[in-house]
Amino acid sequence: MKTAAVTLTHSNRQNRSMRYLYVLTVFCMALTGFGQMPIYKRYYLSDIPGFGWLANFWTTRYVHYAGAALLLAIVAYMLVQHVILLRARFKMTPSGYLRGILLLGIVLTGVLFVIKNFPVLVFSPEFIIALNLSHLGFVMIFLLVNLYCLIFKKRWTKAR
Amino acid sequence: MGQDISRRAFLKGGFAAAAGVAAGSIPGAAAAVGPEEQTQLATLLDISKCIGCGACVEACTETNARKYPNPKKPFPKMVPARARVSDWSDKQDVTERLTPYNWLYIQHASVDINGEETELTIPRRCMHCVNPPCVKLCPWGAAKQLENGISRIDPEICLGGSKCNAVCPWDIPQRQTGVGLYLDILPNFAGNGVMFKCDRCYDQIEAGQLPACIEACPEDVQTIGPRADIIKQAHKLAREINGYIYGETENGGTNTVYVSPVPFEELDVAIEKGKGKPHLAAASDRMADANTLAAAMVIAPLAGIAAAARKIYNYTRKSKERA
Repeated sequence: MKTAAVTLTHSNRQNRSMRYLYVLTVFCMALTGFGQMPIYKRYYLSDIPGFGWLANFWTTRYVHYAGAALLLAIVAYMLVQHVILLRARFKMTPSGYLRGILLLGIVLTGVLFVIKNFPVLVFSPEFIIALNLSHLGFVMIFLLVNLYCLIFKKRWTKAR
Repeated sequence: MGQDISRRAFLKGGFAAAAGVAAGSIPGAAAAVGPEEQTQLATLLDISKCIGCGACVEACTETNARKYPNPKKPFPKMVPARARVSDWSDKQDVTERLTPYNWLYIQHASVDINGEETELTIPRRCMHCVNPPCVKLCPWGAAKQLENGISRIDPEICLGGSKCNAVCPWDIPQRQTGVGLYLDILPNFAGNGVMFKCDRCYDQIEAGQLPACIEACPEDVQTIGPRADIIKQAHKLAREINGYIYGETENGGTNTVYVSPVPFEELDVAIEKGKGKPHLAAASDRMADANTLAAAMVIAPLAGIAAAARKIYNYTRKSKERA
């Protein structure tokens, strides 16, 4: 039973592709997200051949938005698949829950950012400062937790 | 609805009164315009009236000098050296461009009007965009947009990264090193001072007074009022003088609207442009580029759900076939 279940989640070609896509998207989001701060040019990272675009705030913003759409699609796919297909045989690990909560925080604050950037005045300046810090905070913790999970081989789910 | 009414309204009780007068004088205006058109205050600058006397520049400095930077020297050594110091503290009397110590200056343009060589003078300061990139893209929230459409940079929070300058279509915010929050964090490695620009005398407006440049102008070049009303006035004036409008749609619309007797393309060629010297060319709505992707963010989760549903259906069907 356990073998069959593992086959379903981890060896399935579609799921493996989705995992790679997820990792690539998170990397791209982190790269362009940090690019919203004026650091790449100052610290010569945009001087690396092929990375010049990181110094352009408009380009990084556009790619960040496109990446956000992709990330939302992947998260929705994984979530629905887990709830309907896999939950009976797999349960979330504590690190899975933690990463899920952090990802939810990133997504929710990100959605508020998107709303903020329309030509409407919805949020107070104080709330926008809190939004900036919380989005960055969620991302920093999320990346650190993922690094921990990578080093200690912690999975999102495990067999029941 | 002109200069007199907006001035009187301001002096009586500020924006609420001005907005009330405007709404009352334009039947149906409230229903015809977006919310920001009613809450944001815009200024109309009639270029044909400006005589370039510089009274606005002097009044601006006099009123806002207390907000100017007072940097500590020597400046922290910047690491890496690419991050260069921006120091205007020894050039505070520069008035021919925007600096941290000069938030408004007069541009000169020599143009041909009806076959006659004419010198036009144009007061330049922050355009106070309806959807300001400097505010919306500031990574710390140091730049703020007030309900009345003013964009201002909080000197207590700004780290001087100059992103606001990089995304501003008009090169408005200017940096002064050696001042601000970055000195208390990692002065050698992050930040580089504070960005400064016109805040349209937000504190005077809060107190029901006019911005200094408007109050001081002997020629009544500027008019201030709700944006919807200012746009109407700009069109009326443009019709009267057979002129042209700048700021209605530039960068998605600004709260500084110019009316000129000559096309702005001609003015843009005639003025001196460069760092701290904003252009008068076309400016597309850069914020809108990525904003259009927001629709993709709404559709994306649905696509993910559909893909998962397809997989679940296929898996269930195959399971049944095996059974």
